[in-house]
Amino acid sequence: MPFQVSDLAELDAPEKEYLWTLNFGPQHPATHTTLRLVLTLDGERVVNAVPDIGYLHSGFEKLGEDLDFNQYVTIADRMNYLSPLANEIAWHHAVEKLLGIELTPRCKYVRTICGELMRLHDHLLNVGTCALDLGAFTAFLYAFYQREKIYDIVEFASGQRFHTSYTRVGGVLFDINNAWVDKVREFCKGFRPVHDEIHKLLTRNRIFIERVQGIGYLSKDDAIAMGATGPLARASGVIRDLRKDEPYLAYADFDFKVAASKGGDCYARYLVRMQEMLESLKIIEQAIENIPAGPINVDPETKAVIPAKPAVYRSIEGLIQHFEVIMPNRQAGSPKEEIYAATEAPNGELGFYIVGDGTWRAYRARCRPPSYIHFAIFPHIIKGHLLSDVVAVLGSLNIIAAELDR
Amino acid sequence: MSHQDVLQTRFPAAGLKFSRFRDNDRVVVPAGMLVEVLTCLKHEGGFDMLVDITAVDYLEYADAADRFAVIYCLLNTVTGERVIVKTFVNDPEPTLPSMYPLWKSADWTEREVYDMFGIRFAGHPDLRRILMPHEFTSYPLRKDYPLKGRGERHNFPVITRAES
Repeated sequence: MPFQVSDLAELDAPEKEYLWTLNFGPQHPATHTTLRLVLTLDGERVVNAVPDIGYLHSGFEKLGEDLDFNQYVTIADRMNYLSPLANEIAWHHAVEKLLGIELTPRCKYVRTICGELMRLHDHLLNVGTCALDLGAFTAFLYAFYQREKIYDIVEFASGQRFHTSYTRVGGVLFDINNAWVDKVREFCKGFRPVHDEIHKLLTRNRIFIERVQGIGYLSKDDAIAMGATGPLARASGVIRDLRKDEPYLAYADFDFKVAASKGGDCYARYLVRMQEMLESLKIIEQAIENIPAGPINVDPETKAVIPAKPAVYRSIEGLIQHFEVIMPNRQAGSPKEEIYAATEAPNGELGFYIVGDGTWRAYRARCRPPSYIHFAIFPHIIKGHLLSDVVAVLGSLNIIAAELDR
Repeated sequence: MSHQDVLQTRFPAAGLKFSRFRDNDRVVVPAGMLVEVLTCLKHEGGFDMLVDITAVDYLEYADAADRFAVIYCLLNTVTGERVIVKTFVNDPEPTLPSMYPLWKSADWTEREVYDMFGIRFAGHPDLRRILMPHEFTSYPLRKDYPLKGRGERHNFPVITRAES
C-alpha cells in the first residue's frame, strides 16, 4: 500500500524503547559513495534519519585559495564526478564574470554542447543506478553503454575520459574539429532509440512504479523553503531553470522546453530526468549544426588565455603572451570585487562565490553545491517510509559525496 | 518593486549600502539589523528561497576593516530577482542570529559556516560541526589556518582491531 501522510501522526509519539538504530553506510552498495545515515526504525518504518557527512571532505575550497583560476579547474571537475565538464563550465563561468571576459560565439556553442552532454551523462547514470538499486538491471546496462559513448566524445575533445579539465579562462583547452562533430551527430542519432528502450523498461514497469510512486514526497513550498533546485525542484512544481531564466552561454539561441512535474515524488523526479534528456538532446542537435566559425579562445592580447602553440614557438609576441599568462609575477589581475555566478548543472544550481583580491587566484572560492543542499532535505522526506525506500529516495536525489563534502 | 525600493521605504535612515557589480545586486547590512532586513526581504520583497550562506575571512585582504563577512544569497522564485546580502562580524566570538526560522535551507549552510569559520548562529537548532570531525578544534577556512593543516591528521586516534 502506498505511504499515506496520515501515517505520520503515530510516528510523532515520544521515544519508544523498541525503536532500533540502524547504521546505513558509509560503505553501502546503494549509497554509491561514502555517505552515512543513522536511521531510527520502528519495525521497518523510518522514524528519524540523521545524516553524518564529511567522509570525503578534501578541502576543495581551501585549495581554491591556493591554486590559480586555470589550475583550480582540475579540482572543480572532481566535485561532481558524474558531470565533470559541467563543474568546469560553472567555475570558469564565474571566473569570466568576475574578470569581465566575453567568450567567443564558437566557444559558447562548444561549452553548451559539452554541458548538455554532461546532463545526459548525469541523468543516464542517475536513472540507471536508481533502477539498479530497485532491482532493474537491464536499464542500467543500456544507460551505461550510452555513457561510454559520451566518454569517448569528451576524450576526443580533451584527451581525458573522466576528469577532463577542458575549459580555460576565456576558452577551452583544444579547439574541436569535424571528426568530433561527426561523433556527436552519430551519438545523437543512436541515443533516441536507447532512451525509448529505457522508457519501455521502466516507465510503465509495475515493479518499478510500486517502489517509486508516492515515495519521498516533497511539496512545492518545502522545495522552495529548503533551497531545492534542478530536477528535484522541477519535479515538485518549481518551474525554474537557469538556462531559461538567466540564459548564459548560448542557451538563448535554442528551442527547448523545461521539464517539470507536480508529482513531487521519486517517480516524478525520474520522469523529469527522462524528459530533460530529450530536451538536452534537442539542444545538442541544434547546436552541433550551427557551430559558428572563428577563433575558440578570446584574443590573447587580453592576457587571459594561453596563445596557440604555433604562435608561442614561432613568434616573439606569442612567446611573450604565453609568458605573461604563466609566470605568477606577470599574470593579469582580477578586480577587487566579489561575484556570485550560477549555472544550471545537471543536479541543480551550481554556483560559485568568488572574491577577487587583485591577483590571478581567488581570495575565496565558495562552491554552492546542489548535492549538499539536497541532502539536507533527505531526513525530511524519508520520515515515515520503509527501510527499503531509503534506497529509492537516495537514488532519486542523486547525491554525489565528492560534491557533498568537497 | 525591486528589493532596493522595498528596503529604502521600510528602512529610510538605516545606512544600508547598495551596490551593483556585473549582474549582482548587493546590499551591505549592519549586523544588528540583519534579522529585520532579511525578514522584510522575505515577506515584503518576495525572496522565498535562500540559495546559499557563506562567509569570507578578510584577515589578509588589503584595506579590509572587518574580519569576517557573512553572505546571504537570496532568490525570488517568482520573478527570478536575486540579491546578495552581506554583513560583517568581528572577533572575538563572532555571532549572528540564525536564519533557520525564516528559511529551512539555512540549517546545513549555517552549520558549514560555523564548521569552517567558527561563526556562531544564535538560535540554530543543531549547531554542530558538519564536514570536519567533531574532535577538530580549528576552523580550517580561516586565513590564519595553514593550507597544510596543523598536523591534526597525524594525531588522530587510531583504533586497532583489538580495541574495536
